[in-house]
Amino acid sequence: MSGQEIVFTLLGVVAVGAGIMVVTTRRLVHAALWLVLSFGALAGGYLVLTAEFVAWVQVLIYVGAVVVLLLFGIMLTRAPIGDSADLDSGNRWAAAAVAVATAALLVTVMVMGFRDERMPLRAGGGSASELGASVFRTWVLPFEVLSVLLLASLVGAIVLSRTDIGPRLPGRRKGRG
Amino acid sequence: MHLAYPTVVAALLFSVGVYGVLARRNAILVLMSVELMLNAVNLNLVTFDMRFRDRLHGGQVLTLFTIVIAAAEVGLGLAIVLLVYRNRRMVDVDRLRELAESDDAPDEETGSEPGTEPGAEPVEEAAP
Repeated sequence: MSGQEIVFTLLGVVAVGAGIMVVTTRRLVHAALWLVLSFGALAGGYLVLTAEFVAWVQVLIYVGAVVVLLLFGIMLTRAPIGDSADLDSGNRWAAAAVAVATAALLVTVMVMGFRDERMPLRAGGGSASELGASVFRTWVLPFEVLSVLLLASLVGAIVLSRTDIGPRLPGRRKGRG
Repeated sequence: MHLAYPTVVAALLFSVGVYGVLARRNAILVLMSVELMLNAVNLNLVTFDMRFRDRLHGGQVLTLFTIVIAAAEVGLGLAIVLLVYRNRRMVDVDRLRELAESDDAPDEETGSEPGTEPGAEPVEEAAP
């Protein structure tokens, strides 16, 4: 077991453990904060895999933007700050069975498939310059299409969340938003 | 580095996300679990990009695209959740059964919130 594998195993344990806390904790805000830990550990895992640029994008977008957006959602839906008793649905045991079955199947397939595969890790494969050249040379058309998609989703989110635009409903009161 | 480590971590993270999507009732927690599943996919993409030494860096670029799509998804999803909250005063996915195909229509949400959204009631499509 090399040093990279030890570090990656520790980070993976942190990521999976924080993920389990996300799906089992009884406090909504704590779930978002555990999500920060899980994403941060995963970013460390990307660093171990020499994907530096992806790691920093993960930190910026997931830890920075997505979790803040989720926290805003938690606050705007007036979620209770303390313990919530009814966060888990009644079919959680069936869900746990499905999840354990999925984990067993996937782990078995991965371990059997890649038992003696090794990957070379050389620095520089995921630097910003290489990835930038790749994005803007080979993948420039998907990049542009993706920017249009992001713009469309932004416009959609604004249209959905504003109340003073859109089709006029018969019973809508003024100034509710 | 052995290839089994990142793939096993990704598989476990994906199953944790599956459990969260199936077992949680709050819609925002369901969105968080979806993010966990997307992260597992990202980890696999980066791993196999490094495994095959892709000259075009397809795996990492696709990871970046997935991150962008996840950001767009969580933005739109939270807008929809806020709209549901504004209309129903709750974001409990177990109680949002308006579109469920069932004979025993649950009465608590049709009776508890009268007139909160009069425009969304299907007027013409009365029960046969």
